[in-house]
Amino acid sequence: MTNPAIAANGLRKSYGDKTVLDGVDLVVPEGTIFSLLGPNGAGKTTAVKILSTLVSPDPASGPIQVGGHDLATDPQSVRAAIGVTGQFSAVDGLITGEENMLLMADLHHLSKRERLCVTAELLERFDLTEAARKPAATYSGGMKRRLDIAMTLVGDPRIIFLDEPTTGLDPRSRHNMWRIIRELVSDGVTVFLTTQYLEEADELADRIAVLHDGRIAAQGTAEELKRLVPGGHVRLRFTDPAAYQNAASALGEASRDDESLALQIPSDGSQRELRSILDWLDSAGVEADELTVHTPDLDDVFFALTGGTGIPHQPEEAVR
Amino acid sequence: MSPLTLAVRDSATMLRRNLLHARRYPSLTLNLLLTPIMLLLLFVYVFGDTMSAGIGGDGPDRSEYIAYIVPGLLLMTIGSTVVGTAVSVSNDMTEGIIARFRTMAIHRGSVILGHVIGSVLQSVISVVLVGGVAVAIGFRSTDATVLEWLAAFGLLVLFATALTWIAVGMGLISPNAEAASNNAMPLILLPLLSSAFVPIDAMPGWFQPVAEYQPFTPAIETLRGLLLGTGIGHNGWLAVGWCLGLAVLGYLWSTAKFNDDPK
Repeated sequence: MTNPAIAANGLRKSYGDKTVLDGVDLVVPEGTIFSLLGPNGAGKTTAVKILSTLVSPDPASGPIQVGGHDLATDPQSVRAAIGVTGQFSAVDGLITGEENMLLMADLHHLSKRERLCVTAELLERFDLTEAARKPAATYSGGMKRRLDIAMTLVGDPRIIFLDEPTTGLDPRSRHNMWRIIRELVSDGVTVFLTTQYLEEADELADRIAVLHDGRIAAQGTAEELKRLVPGGHVRLRFTDPAAYQNAASALGEASRDDESLALQIPSDGSQRELRSILDWLDSAGVEADELTVHTPDLDDVFFALTGGTGIPHQPEEAVR
Repeated sequence: MSPLTLAVRDSATMLRRNLLHARRYPSLTLNLLLTPIMLLLLFVYVFGDTMSAGIGGDGPDRSEYIAYIVPGLLLMTIGSTVVGTAVSVSNDMTEGIIARFRTMAIHRGSVILGHVIGSVLQSVISVVLVGGVAVAIGFRSTDATVLEWLAAFGLLVLFATALTWIAVGMGLISPNAEAASNNAMPLILLPLLSSAFVPIDAMPGWFQPVAEYQPFTPAIETLRGLLLGTGIGHNGWLAVGWCLGLAVLGYLWSTAKFNDDPK
């Protein structure tokens, strides 16, 4: 394999005495989707801002390379290789969508003919042709995000940073965004994505790093991460208190939630385990009014990776 | 592409963007034009006769006062226009698009240069408009030579450039549009404390140094001398010195602020 698209060693950043990033190592191979997962305030945006040359890392950081260029000595070459869609819409609301696109084309120094072609093509691809002549400030949240990404794509960046690209979008717009991101990678582009949603990282990313308190708490594929987390369970809900009591005594190892008359049985959600649970329920004569399977979500991952109790320690192999 | 070509090309792009904003949303620019025009009409038609007598005219004749007040108001127009620049720079900096510009391989200064050039052009246009009103109500500059006209124009451009750089710095340090407008307020108030409306020797003695040693007074005296064809004395050099000093100061300040890591 050639150089990784992004390679950062010991990424550090603090504002005053508040440490935001405390030695983060990241390697993103070319042509893959990498997702940085974390709650608000974990340092995701700061990481994107540093890797995209917007803010400078602390001097104590190790070497950082983006697109094969050193961030500290050659930021302008890094900028030429990347495209950034920040968390807050980076469109000029006062001018139209089309003018925004032409502005980008001009800043990429495209020729007169190219700038019109690229603009028309991207507006079409992101379903913005109809709204092209309206001021961007009048666009809906989803349209603004699409315009934002379309602007990022002018100039064919090889590495794209997307900071929480679906936060605040409705489900349809979110799925559209996922489709768009998948298309990008199929063209060989590297995508660095931050998100608060495990589901999203799961959908898209080849590798996921969980950022907590400025450190990588865990790193691996979605499957690897989920295996670390004991949060998966089957939840049985009852409407009749008597039935609930019976089931609770029959299923000794289930944890009880007396208020909502629900029992939780640990499970990884696999078909095999589900079948054995069902068999067990049948043999115990338990009939729940509602059965739901919960897979680990970000909350679980977080409590597991940062709570510190009863968590299997992550083996070294999964870290790299 | 050589660094200079890059700088010129990107600055031109940024200038087009700013002019597009100004053309699409002219209300800010027009509002700021209103202040000098209102003051001009107020001082000429309402206070004119008294002011005229006060500056030593031959009795109550407002036309003499028009000649006195117009140069000051033209420079005040520039002060007023660049308040708009501070506001739009500050607005711009809160927009995500500036973050995008910072992550692009463009000439870094072009964002600010676009604002500066746009603001100077707007100032010139505003001065022409206010000048048009002045001529319409009776201001005449017939005693000036062509050379003096050119010098007057040069002074206006230089003065606009200087104030713009300062206003850009004020816009960059302001967290929002309101703060920018407040921070830039001295640029509108200073002309009131200068020789724009009354001669300095008509002011109280303790106040005269304040009025005399500030940038507007020498610029106003120079412009007045050039437009009316009277002498400018040492005011010309003083005015040019002030302009160059403020421009360099504003340039260094603005670029330093812009190159700081964004919050």
